[in-house]
Amino acid sequence: MRQSRLKALLALLLAFALIAAACGGSDDEADGGDEENSTEADSDSDSDEESDSDSDSDEADSDSDEGDDAAPAASGDPVSGGTLTFAIVGGVRHLNGNVQSGLATGIPGTQVNASPLLFNEAYEPQPYLAESWEISNDGLQLTLNLRDNAVFHDGTPITSEDVAFSIKTSKENHPFKPMFEPVESVDSSDPLTVVITLSKPHPAILMAMTPALLPIIPKHIFDDGQDIKEHPRNAGDDFVGSGPFQVTEYDGDELIRLAKFDDFFLEGLPYLDEITIDIVPDPNAVILGLENGDYDMAQAPNAAAIEQFLDDDRFNTDPKGHEAIGKIDWLFLNIRSGNLSTPEARKAISLAIDQAGWRDIVQLGFAQPNVTGIQNASPFYNADATNYDNRDVEGAMALLEEVGLGDGFELDMPATASMLPTAEYIKQNLEDINVTVNIRQVPDFPTWAADTSSGSFDITYTQLWNWGDPVIGVERSYRCDNRVEVVFANNSWYCNEDVDELLAQAGSTFDNDERQDLYFQATELINQDAPVVYLGKPDTYQIRSTRVQNPPTGIWGFMSPWHELWLSE
Amino acid sequence: MKAIAARVAQAVGLILAVVVLNFLLIQIAPGDAATAIAGDQTASDPEVIAELREQYGLDKPVVVQLGIYIGNVAQGDLGTSIWFNEPVSDLLLARVWPTVLLSASALAFAVVLGVTIGTIAARRPESLLSHGITVLALVGFAMPVFWTGLLLLILVGVRYDFFPVSGIHDLDFSGNWLESWLDIGQHLILPALTLGLVYLAQYSRLSRASMLEVLESDYVRTARAKGLSERSVIFKHGLRNGIIPVITILGLQFGAVLSGAILVESVFSWPGLGRLAFEAVQRRDTPVLLGVLLLVSVSVILANLATDLVYRIIDPRIRVSGSTNG
Repeated sequence: MRQSRLKALLALLLAFALIAAACGGSDDEADGGDEENSTEADSDSDSDEESDSDSDSDEADSDSDEGDDAAPAASGDPVSGGTLTFAIVGGVRHLNGNVQSGLATGIPGTQVNASPLLFNEAYEPQPYLAESWEISNDGLQLTLNLRDNAVFHDGTPITSEDVAFSIKTSKENHPFKPMFEPVESVDSSDPLTVVITLSKPHPAILMAMTPALLPIIPKHIFDDGQDIKEHPRNAGDDFVGSGPFQVTEYDGDELIRLAKFDDFFLEGLPYLDEITIDIVPDPNAVILGLENGDYDMAQAPNAAAIEQFLDDDRFNTDPKGHEAIGKIDWLFLNIRSGNLSTPEARKAISLAIDQAGWRDIVQLGFAQPNVTGIQNASPFYNADATNYDNRDVEGAMALLEEVGLGDGFELDMPATASMLPTAEYIKQNLEDINVTVNIRQVPDFPTWAADTSSGSFDITYTQLWNWGDPVIGVERSYRCDNRVEVVFANNSWYCNEDVDELLAQAGSTFDNDERQDLYFQATELINQDAPVVYLGKPDTYQIRSTRVQNPPTGIWGFMSPWHELWLSE
Repeated sequence: MKAIAARVAQAVGLILAVVVLNFLLIQIAPGDAATAIAGDQTASDPEVIAELREQYGLDKPVVVQLGIYIGNVAQGDLGTSIWFNEPVSDLLLARVWPTVLLSASALAFAVVLGVTIGTIAARRPESLLSHGITVLALVGFAMPVFWTGLLLLILVGVRYDFFPVSGIHDLDFSGNWLESWLDIGQHLILPALTLGLVYLAQYSRLSRASMLEVLESDYVRTARAKGLSERSVIFKHGLRNGIIPVITILGLQFGAVLSGAILVESVFSWPGLGRLAFEAVQRRDTPVLLGVLLLVSVSVILANLATDLVYRIIDPRIRVSGSTNG
């Protein structure tokens, strides 16, 4: 008896020893330096601008030639049924994208809410809730013709009043004010016709009609006098939406379960019976869940995960899509800081940083060059703008000597833990021009945001999103009137009235050629002033089980309806 | 009785101090919920931030905010989560039982196994087994809980797929209450083991040392001399006294167990108070964070009171001296 006890204990001891031994090789595979949930990735800009994803109406067959190069093409005819499991890091505050932006609301929100239009990969509007649309010749009126068979999840028909209410709600509450600022009125006298009158031509209005930016919510539920931002029906099992899936279970910190909406206005869609969105606190949980087969699909939480899953033939891991989100990693240079007040000094900093090296080392190669604040897949991206993407230490030194800073100086750089790899990289690069970067580690995002917004930094690393159109996501970083003490604004404190004028003109014309020319000029001027250092555009990789067919790889990526996604098994 | 009443009064004062201190500490931290929400939305409009601050009363002076908060707590209102727009009490209620389940399972595992192997080791202090337990305790105590968690998660959960690695239920779970509890039990094993291992090491070492002392004492020698069986000597005379230090530590460590649960719950996506608190810090969701802290403070104080009471039951000397003094 004693001996058997002894054996049991020895076995336990041995188990401990094995665990201790195992730890040597396995410590951390997952960090990768991502920012909040971000590091990832997106696409290589390229191409496929001619491919036509459709989204057209009765598209039982609706296509899938969204040109997914890396992933195997959807094999065979779509099959209805099945449950897709998806993982997301963080928490979902609610599902009403009219009062809240961001991925966490956008991903489930675009499944439960429809919008007037979709966009294909060539940045062309496509029918969704609106069968057709037209813009008046003077660009001051947009008319949407709605489908007559669209109903909310409670069976109430979707009418022009709901669209008008959604636009009004968004205009008054959405954090992206420029989206609907020029909207003067919305006429809903005909139940199936929406007439939007604008104070000036506003080319971003069409992009603003997409699911990520304008979910159509039921007026009969939300227009009850309660504060829409705190409305109890913004989330919960009783959420009533207009999209292809309806909520069956909701816990914004744990799990959201969605079921196919049988009366969805596109016949035969969606294909899936159910979507389960698991909300996890930590990127490692996503990786482990994918490994274990718990999840069918997720966004790669960091570059290390991309490397890991690229070699795993149980998954398709590719960077296609998400161009409209348009993430760009950059450094804000604080113009208010004495040493960085001259363009020469800022250009010197830009030239001394090996941006290609950052993409290769910090991002493990999962990032693309992006030399302006407009993402490189946009028709308004100017790849030939003056840029500092080729490191030139001697040129940088010459510029510093020109402004009397040849002996070097110090820069304060606040950084959260996930920003440290980039911060260390910048520090090493700038040592070559006698600039000492003092990295000040801060505990979390709110602390970093407080420093960045108040200008308590010399140089700071961030990621900005384009949000579909430069009017929505780009202008904010450069306009003189957006020099405000808020994070993700013009945190460099940059001001050039010529740039303001060009941005204003580009934001007031529907002529794409003219817009392109204006944005080219504006970004050229900005780059000559060098208020920021563009490091690159990190790839947004999707990791998908091979059974996932026709995945959401359009310009909005995961923030688009998954009504055409199907499972092969 | 008087002593207990005084202790309760002390506890109430302590809770009030904890509330004020926690509130002020959170205020000192840079950034606020408005910044966190705006960050989550990548919003850059100052009006948006200003609206958020006004909406959640963050634009009021700290003293006013504190006064409002204490007034509300006194009336049993813990406020509304800034992030989720839900009553804090509802969130706490939903998250408290998974944490209680996790902490209780971890402690039960640690105490039962720890005392057992500690007692076995104490019977032969110079044996290989006894020294092995000392080493085991050292290793177990030295391993940080998050590290142990990740290790078990990768080794037992992923590589060999013995147990689920995340959450409290399978994503596709559906079944009756019995199946539900079985599913929860499966999900509980890794987090409870992770949290329990640290305490297993401590309790085994503590009970070994305590039992060594007890087994050398006169009354145990007398019991043996009376011809009692070894089992009776160990369980009736030895363990009853030897376990007292373990119970003392158990009560004192209740708060530490909860803080360990924060890490374990985050590693295993366990939907408890720890994870809620961790995320509330990230989101500067002050009402939720204060609610969790308040609940934990009360729990720790109650656990310590309970320890005192259990003490009295187990050790008649304390009961007698307590009643004499009281």
